[in-house]
Amino acid sequence: MGGLQKKKFERGAATNYITRNRARKKLMLSLPDFRRLCILKGIYPHEPKHKKKVNKGSTAPRTFYLMKDIRFLLHEPIVGKFREYKIFVRKLKKAYGKTEWSTVERLRENKPTYKLDHIIKERYPSFIDALRDIDDALCMCFLFSTFARTGKCHVQTIQLCRRLTVEWMNYVIASRSLRKVFISIKGIYYQAEVMGQLITWLVPYQFSHDHPTDVDYRVMATFTEFYTTLLGFVNFRLYHSLNLLYPPKVCRAPKLIPGLQSILLFLIEQKLSALSASLARVVSSAEEEEAELDQFPEDMEKMEAREKEQKQQEAQRKMFQGLKFFLNREVPRESLAFVIRCFGGEVSWDKSICIGSTYDVTDETITHHIVDRPNIDKQYINRYYIQPQWVYDCVNAKILLPVEDYFIGVTLPPHLSPFVEEKEGDYVPPEKLKIMALQRGENPGVNEEEEEDEEEEEDDNADEEEDDEEEEEEEAEEKNLKEMEDQRSQGKSLQVKVTPGKVKVENPARLEQEEKAEEKRLAIMMMKKKEKYLYDKIMFGKKRKVREANKLAAKRKAHDDAEKAKKKKARK
Amino acid sequence: MEESSSNVLSSEKSGKMKRTKKRNKGEGDDEEEQVFNFNKPADKGDDDEDLSDSEDSVYSGLEDSGSDSEEREEGSHDDDDDEDDDDEDDADGEQSQQTEDKKKGSEGEDEKKADEYEHDSSDEEDIRNTVGNIPMEWYKDFPHIGYDLDGKKIYKPIRNKDELDDFLDKMENPDYWRTVHDKQTESDIVLSDEQVELVKRLQRGQFGDVSFNEYQPSVEFFSNEVMLHPVTNRPADKRSFIPSLTEKEKVSKLVHAIKMGWIKPRRVEDDSRGRYYDLWATEDSSILAQHKMHLPAPKIPLPGHQESYNPPPEYLFTDEERALWEQQDPSDRKLPFVPKKFSSLRQVPAFPRFIHERFERCLDLYLCPRQRKMRVNVNPEDLIPKLPKPKDLQPFPTTQSLVYRGHSGLVRSISVSPSGQWLASGSDDGSVRFWEVCSSRCVKTVQVGGAVKSIAWNPNPSVCLLAVALDSVVLIVSPSLADKQVISASERLLAGQQEEEPSEGAGPVWSETEGEELSQGIRLKIQHPKAVHQVAWHAKGDYLASVMPDHSSNLQVFIHQLSRRRSQNPFRKNKGLVQCVSFHPVRPYFFVATQRSVRIYNLVKQEMTKKLQANSKWISSMAVHPGGDHVICGSYDCRLSWFDLDLSTKPYKMLRHHKKAVRGVAYHRSYPLFASASDDGSVIVCHGTVYNDLLQNPLIVPVKVLRGHVITHDLGVLDVTFHPTQPWIFSSGADATIRLFT
Repeated sequence: MGGLQKKKFERGAATNYITRNRARKKLMLSLPDFRRLCILKGIYPHEPKHKKKVNKGSTAPRTFYLMKDIRFLLHEPIVGKFREYKIFVRKLKKAYGKTEWSTVERLRENKPTYKLDHIIKERYPSFIDALRDIDDALCMCFLFSTFARTGKCHVQTIQLCRRLTVEWMNYVIASRSLRKVFISIKGIYYQAEVMGQLITWLVPYQFSHDHPTDVDYRVMATFTEFYTTLLGFVNFRLYHSLNLLYPPKVCRAPKLIPGLQSILLFLIEQKLSALSASLARVVSSAEEEEAELDQFPEDMEKMEAREKEQKQQEAQRKMFQGLKFFLNREVPRESLAFVIRCFGGEVSWDKSICIGSTYDVTDETITHHIVDRPNIDKQYINRYYIQPQWVYDCVNAKILLPVEDYFIGVTLPPHLSPFVEEKEGDYVPPEKLKIMALQRGENPGVNEEEEEDEEEEEDDNADEEEDDEEEEEEEAEEKNLKEMEDQRSQGKSLQVKVTPGKVKVENPARLEQEEKAEEKRLAIMMMKKKEKYLYDKIMFGKKRKVREANKLAAKRKAHDDAEKAKKKKARK
Repeated sequence: MEESSSNVLSSEKSGKMKRTKKRNKGEGDDEEEQVFNFNKPADKGDDDEDLSDSEDSVYSGLEDSGSDSEEREEGSHDDDDDEDDDDEDDADGEQSQQTEDKKKGSEGEDEKKADEYEHDSSDEEDIRNTVGNIPMEWYKDFPHIGYDLDGKKIYKPIRNKDELDDFLDKMENPDYWRTVHDKQTESDIVLSDEQVELVKRLQRGQFGDVSFNEYQPSVEFFSNEVMLHPVTNRPADKRSFIPSLTEKEKVSKLVHAIKMGWIKPRRVEDDSRGRYYDLWATEDSSILAQHKMHLPAPKIPLPGHQESYNPPPEYLFTDEERALWEQQDPSDRKLPFVPKKFSSLRQVPAFPRFIHERFERCLDLYLCPRQRKMRVNVNPEDLIPKLPKPKDLQPFPTTQSLVYRGHSGLVRSISVSPSGQWLASGSDDGSVRFWEVCSSRCVKTVQVGGAVKSIAWNPNPSVCLLAVALDSVVLIVSPSLADKQVISASERLLAGQQEEEPSEGAGPVWSETEGEELSQGIRLKIQHPKAVHQVAWHAKGDYLASVMPDHSSNLQVFIHQLSRRRSQNPFRKNKGLVQCVSFHPVRPYFFVATQRSVRIYNLVKQEMTKKLQANSKWISSMAVHPGGDHVICGSYDCRLSWFDLDLSTKPYKMLRHHKKAVRGVAYHRSYPLFASASDDGSVIVCHGTVYNDLLQNPLIVPVKVLRGHVITHDLGVLDVTFHPTQPWIFSSGADATIRLFT
């Protein structure tokens, strides 16, 4: 007979996976170091298909890593750096304990450092890969840049984050790539299209953070360390793709005076963060050449559609061109300045808020004054005083919305999320319908809109009523029959009475429909168990969607009715 | 004269002070010649102290011995003290008038004399205090202090001041503040202006001498300039010519540490960190290959309308929704936040869980196992099987056309005559009714006196007989609803077997009926030992099987032969609770359905040929296809199983069409139809084509769901049967009606 006895768990799935603890031992790292390594290298656990097989027969909950991943980590130079750092800390502690200050100093000078460049190159082999993954990096950097310098992380990290985010925003302005903005209760979402990738990031509101105690800032700091490096390289590449200088410089930068260099650098940074000046270019090209699409003979329709889209985008990009905005001091300056500049508008603010204001309140050419207070004392005649939501709504609607709804003291229309794309059967809030109508170029008055709605509702009602009627008819007939039957069975003395029968109007379409429905029902009966389950699940999901949409619609209707009633009361 | 005395006084005073402060002052008195000797000595003494070490070291070789000099110092010290004492005496003498003469003389000789005295320590003229430095309390009770040279007492100045005098003195005497009481002589001394000044200066920590310059230029003894002559003649040590051992040790330690790599040379400042460059200048495809397994993390879902700071009103929570949200576990919530509405942007506060959410995202990124999940993107329409249209499978019953009313209890069993003209039904009200199928007219009612469990029309068209099971009796009824020939044939069948065999003890007893029952048409009575639940005819019409379900007996099934009035129990063993039985339509097979399985017995060979596993919990009914190769079983767990006897002992198809227990199943005799009746009040008609070709599986298509029966007492349709020739179906229900669907 044959060979050695096969041992369990020595081949197959069991050898492809490794538990976290064993991986840690294999790499000879402490848990925090292992965690950091995993974060930096982007290694994540894998869920084995057959947990029991991998877990050597046990069902205890364990995290498994791919053996391949861990073997890949073994050759990582940064692991050596981690060990070096560990030793450094140990030596430093010892020197402190012995109060050998010269040794401490010497050790400090030789503090081991590491670079993450190669890891970034390894994790994102191509630039597009990096861009695809930049969402989280941006969110994190924007969050860290709002931290106070109170020891939750290094001050340098905060400064670096701030610098990188400012650079990013400047790039988005220079490339005019912002697409959507959304003011949520969490913060402000921005979506930009950079090199064909949609990049969404969330910026918290400018408040000091109430630092929670159940958050491990070390983990966050490690992520930030990686993300700042990534964002730096991405910024570099993006700036160079636009022929901009990196690190960025403002166009009309003041000439450097030798002694004041550091102050001036700081000033430039400030100016950059003001987002009001355009950036200096490597080659001062007069006009960018837009790459014209070549005409392809085939599928003209597609071409036309694409062209149309492009035109629309172009129009959106220049939406605020020629408009001059002035920000009052209570509005979020950075966000508004960023958005307005992204769409070609000119923007300024009070000198005392921030440097970089370009014109004064008294400027006669200002077209829009953005105010976020119930009333304002001194108003200029030749400009609109509007609330900040107008800017964001315009961006999302891709057209300049009528300003009437956004004047000072007016109840604002709801701010809708631009990220929701309604499919067939989803609930669409009426405000969205209005905006869509505006986009199509129609100019429906408010009343018309309402009428339309009502008409639609009526139509719906009519349909339903028809259905009901038919059903009722049938029911009545049934009832008659039943009565007759009952009479026949119970009372022996049949009331012989001939009533003129109604000619039943057969609706062929309806009959056909019913037939089809029954056919379907019968076919569903014949489904296999598995398919039936799946089918039921799908149908359940669909029904739930419908139910939710109906619920929203009903809620809206109730609200509108209540509003109307209130109005009527007020009128009376 | 005044001046000098004051001088002396001051010196004395200072001397006293010095004594209290330092004992070793006045060392260099020998060399100095000054009136204010108390100053210089102090200074000198200080200097000496400072320099003492260096002097020692420098002169150590030349000096005879340290001890000598100290002695001398001591001596000089003593002298000094004596001298001081002189002065004191001098002052004292002025007041006490004791040594007046001497004093006068000395005064006359002026300062020169004073000088002399100072040098001459042995000459002690006026010693006021002869007792020395002793505690003065010892003389407290005496009128004198010490003795003079002659042995006479030196009296204290007369003091009779009490506290009051002292106070008056304090109030009146302008010099009181500068009056000092000398304890040693018990006398009061008024200090002069100079003395007061001196005291003040000393209190301020200044030199007593006004004219003394503290910052005199000092002569540098050791300087950077190389002198011609050495300070000492001591030859240089050997150790100054050879390299230091300890230093060597230290250096070698450092060298070793550097060699071993313990100490590293200072690192060159590396500023490449944080400097960015075009990382993706050369895109390397080789790295790309490593990342085949990599799954990019899913992006955070984009926010919907409800997250807006100013959402449409329908997205805000109502009170109930809010309460529900608060009750729910955070993991069950549909939204992780409560939608809120703010009337303007400036009122929007910071989101309290912002950092939490970001942190959770971080955790997800590095802790969550990732798995590629194929999303099932199925069009639900594609899942529905493509079946032939029911229209193409016609004829089958579609509508309810007739309702047979008359029974008052639930109708348990129905049976159609082989001709298709008559319908018999047995009900719980204890009657068997015969209906004309076409007119729904009840032509005959037979009161049998008990709930009818089962009823079966003899399938032989040449006879007109009916088997009725109630309680423990099986009745053979001749309804005489046929032409004469048939009636006579059936009479013949019933009458032709007069000979009666002695039956076994436990076997059923055959008996003929008389009187009332006979007039109703009941011809024979077969008394069973237990309650009979079902009767079934053989296709030829001579054999009749009856079922008495019982757990613990092998007497569950009897087969009766009508022509010979004989009964027999085919089974010797109890194989489970028998639910129903059926004869094979053409071959000598016998089907017995127990709770979970169907057994097929060959009646000729007297053996079991097959056992079908129904895969259901409790079989309720069974029907055999007229071809004999297929069996359907209905069960109380809502299933209907179709067996293909040629295929397998497992069901070919399980149909779960009904919502409730299946009560009855039936095959149509000629059309490819079968039906199942259930407690949910529906009868489902299915098309089931059976092909002669063995390779082709039967085609089963549900074609119609027939509803009409009303559910009473949780019972719906109890029995179902097809018309023998037409595609019609009869169903009897718990609502005491029988319905015909055509």
